[in-house]
Amino acid sequence: MSKTFTLDGKDVPFRDGQTIIEAALEAGHYIPHLCHHPDFKAHGSCKLCTVKVNGRQTASCTMQAAEGQVVESETEELNSERRALTQMLFVEGNHFCPSCEKSGDCQLQATAYHLNMMTAHYDHFFPNRPLDASHPDFLLDFNRCILCSLCVRASRDVDGKNVFALAGRGIKSHLIVNARSGKLADTDFSAADKAASVCPVGVILPKRRGFAVPIGERTFDKQPIDAYVDTRIARKEE
Amino acid sequence: MDAPAKKKLRLATATLAGCFGCHMSFLDIDERLFDLVELVEFDRSPLTDIKEVGPCDIGLIEGGLCNAENVHVLRDFRKHCRILVAVGACAINGGLPAQRNPIPLHEILSEVYLTEPGLAHSGIPNDPELPLPLNKVHPIHEVVKVDYFLPGCPPSGDAIWKFLTDLLAGREPELGHALMHYD
Amino acid sequence: MAAPELDHKTYLDPILARYGHAALHLMQILREAQEHFGWLHPDAIDYLTEQLHVPRTKIEGVASFYSFFYLQPRGRYRVLFSDNITDRMLGSKALMDRMCRNLWVEPGKMSEDGLVSVDFTSCTGMCDQGPALLVNNIAITRMTEQRVDEICDLIREQVPLAQWPAEFFRVEDNIRRKGLLLEDGFVPGSALQAAFAHGPEGMLDEVRASGLRGRGGAGFTTAIKWESCRNAPGEAHYVVCNADEGEPGTFKDRVLLNGYADKVFEGMTLCGYVIGARKGMLYLRGEYRYLRDHLEAVLARRRERRLLGANVLGQAGFDFDIEIHFGAGAYICGEESALIESLEGKRGTPRNRPPFPVTHGYLNQPTVVNNVETFAATCHIALKGGAWYAAIGTARSAGTKVMSISGDCARPGIYEYPFGVSVRQMLEDCGAANTQAVQVSGPSGVTVSRAEFDRVLAFEDIGTAGAFMVFDDSRDMFEVARNFVHFFAHESCGFCTPCRVGTSLLKNLMDKLHNGHGSPYDFQEIERLNALLLSMSHCGLGHTACNPVLDTIAKFRPAYEVRMLHQEFTPAFDLDWSLQAARQMTGRDDSGAHLHNEEEASR
Repeated sequence: MSKTFTLDGKDVPFRDGQTIIEAALEAGHYIPHLCHHPDFKAHGSCKLCTVKVNGRQTASCTMQAAEGQVVESETEELNSERRALTQMLFVEGNHFCPSCEKSGDCQLQATAYHLNMMTAHYDHFFPNRPLDASHPDFLLDFNRCILCSLCVRASRDVDGKNVFALAGRGIKSHLIVNARSGKLADTDFSAADKAASVCPVGVILPKRRGFAVPIGERTFDKQPIDAYVDTRIARKEE
Repeated sequence: MDAPAKKKLRLATATLAGCFGCHMSFLDIDERLFDLVELVEFDRSPLTDIKEVGPCDIGLIEGGLCNAENVHVLRDFRKHCRILVAVGACAINGGLPAQRNPIPLHEILSEVYLTEPGLAHSGIPNDPELPLPLNKVHPIHEVVKVDYFLPGCPPSGDAIWKFLTDLLAGREPELGHALMHYD
Repeated sequence: MAAPELDHKTYLDPILARYGHAALHLMQILREAQEHFGWLHPDAIDYLTEQLHVPRTKIEGVASFYSFFYLQPRGRYRVLFSDNITDRMLGSKALMDRMCRNLWVEPGKMSEDGLVSVDFTSCTGMCDQGPALLVNNIAITRMTEQRVDEICDLIREQVPLAQWPAEFFRVEDNIRRKGLLLEDGFVPGSALQAAFAHGPEGMLDEVRASGLRGRGGAGFTTAIKWESCRNAPGEAHYVVCNADEGEPGTFKDRVLLNGYADKVFEGMTLCGYVIGARKGMLYLRGEYRYLRDHLEAVLARRRERRLLGANVLGQAGFDFDIEIHFGAGAYICGEESALIESLEGKRGTPRNRPPFPVTHGYLNQPTVVNNVETFAATCHIALKGGAWYAAIGTARSAGTKVMSISGDCARPGIYEYPFGVSVRQMLEDCGAANTQAVQVSGPSGVTVSRAEFDRVLAFEDIGTAGAFMVFDDSRDMFEVARNFVHFFAHESCGFCTPCRVGTSLLKNLMDKLHNGHGSPYDFQEIERLNALLLSMSHCGLGHTACNPVLDTIAKFRPAYEVRMLHQEFTPAFDLDWSLQAARQMTGRDDSGAHLHNEEEASR
């Protein structure tokens, strides 16, 4: 007999050591998230996966599942707060979807669709974040970085390289690469790295591959993000 | 016997710093334009050639704010329209024109009119007829209160139709996954 | 990669040797490297990368997190004006402007000759003797116009800091009211002797009986912390003293460490005895760097007297020693898990909890983190017993509280009271007149209005970490809140979305009101942001960042209403100013070259 908690009234089984979001996604229930990735250690920074556990709000990616927990996720209150967080991410960077190669495959965009975000609402910061096109095969467009640290974790924990890291503090937090010049070309980054394919937005992009998939056939044109749940990464790569 | 004609709502549209793509997409509602004109009367719009906006129920704004004239038109719309709608990426987040924002305006003007080949040495245009550019391109909600947002670059004809029919029927506009696009 | 220049290797080698070439001590290594060279040169980072076997990103990530580390050249004299509201009220802004004018520098930028840079920093903990500043991280108090001019001369003449008048660096304790903690006559070792007599469990029983709660603000029961840590399995247990006194308006830990260091270290030692630790660490905020020699001297004396070291006071098997670690300008490191990250040589980002530090703290081992004052209090509990201590104060708040009083009062300084003292009593004691508000516990605390002056300091009413800033009728409470909001935006660690972006949005909205662009619409936005920060943030910083705004809106609403200058939504920026660059470049000034705000336009 497996242990269960309830998510919006439905029983969700879990194994010891699983977090709420891990168990939920495994059981096919979507909880919005950006910095969570099933292959990596939880980070807990984007806060989109915040749920109510027995009435208390907490990030479901860092909260261990426990027998009998009552978890609420798809509520208007939580979704409206998640929408506000998504809007914050949009105004913090420069997210111009029409000219972004990742549009249609972007998790930030797809999450915003899911949350019915019609506008970024806040005043835009329009930060100045120059591109790094130094690498022969990849380019970095920092304008779109949401500081989820997935590339940091992938490079460190899977590739064993530490190509990426977060630097700065507060609103000046930003992604850096492991080179004195600050340029990707001067790191040991390679196209085969896990870090090369893990970015949920359009920061780490292969060169010479422009808008290869026509509109209508991209990942999230076909289905909304909640239909992919945690298998979306695998399906995309098929 | 005909039912008494329902009072038509007045609709105005304008393009600020945009490419008219949203207006082109508006025309993509095709034969549904006939249905639309049963419901609305057009005020200022490229479709009517009326130059000044009058009292309206709905104003559709395409494009962001790039210069002083954009601000005048937008304020005029806000003043005259009961419901103001930001249509398309540029109105909503500045869009393509706003990609100049990280670069100081004086650098842009110098490069275009003073230093680089092309218009170089022609001097920066200073005719009083020309609107002056703003330091940064702004989405319209940063300058006036906006009631609704219809994203897309452009929003498809179907999205515009769905949005307008919802609004005209007094429903909260809802696009759903198929019509919701930022690109 | 180019070989590091000889001069970097020369000064880095002894530092690296002192810290065993361990990346765990990265914070201290960077601090010392910078004390030597003035900033962290890329060559120095190359060399550290190689010697510490860490990626360059690790060093840059850490260095760029803390305000006092510089990856770009700064002036040889680095002046940082304390930017607490109390410094502002004492005229710090005008003094800083004067210094910048005198030295021909822009705030935040280095002078062209590389001589000097002048900037603001968060509260330096000298609120009772401000305006204050730091020069090369050493505190200077009681700034006046004359002192600004003298400092400018010293800088221009490039006089070494060591030769500046000692008077500049004089930091007063300003103790105005003494209770049990601040009484004189503590005999070093006496509390340890008493603890040994109790035995570790007996000592824990006394702490439990005392009802002592943490003095850092949250008021967690000390005995539960110690007991959980004692019971937690681990290879080693650690004692950490949180002296990262960053909450603006708080300076009591500075005074405790200056005058009562023995008591603090002894409290740490007896905690080590109870939980079975061999090592204690004092995490001292970088702003209190000037205390180092004094504290090291106290530690050395305690080692001589066998109050530290192997077999403390002959207690077989109880080895304990204490190290001092310095912070480098990051308020967030007052949060215990961020503090531990910082101790481990990392960016001060609060950890995901659970697990809590009592089971998984420093190096993932069971760790007690307590405030300076909490440790000091345990000495008295060891000496006189838990029951005696519990009888002081109120039912749920045993003992005394050391308060840092500053702002509009005749006698700012340190006051120790039993819990239960009223705000009114404290105002009377410090000579405050025409008081309209008191900010208790700093920006993250509570704004107490005149109608509430009979409320008392106690965890059951107004809990406090120790700050008490007084504002008289002449002060604008909106501007007070705005200063606090700027503080939070500056100090947000940037880890979680709501706090990273939300504190900046809140700052922009408060500035919008300040700049005369406010409308009721912005008011709603502020309230919405407050709610979001409160419910979605990762740690206490985000949760409390909205407190000053919520409180002042609730209690000083007119200060906001006078800033609702517009009925209609108004842009945050000045549209006419936004045409300025274009006017300049085209030479136009005709009416079409201007944009007026709408109300003017319609007139």
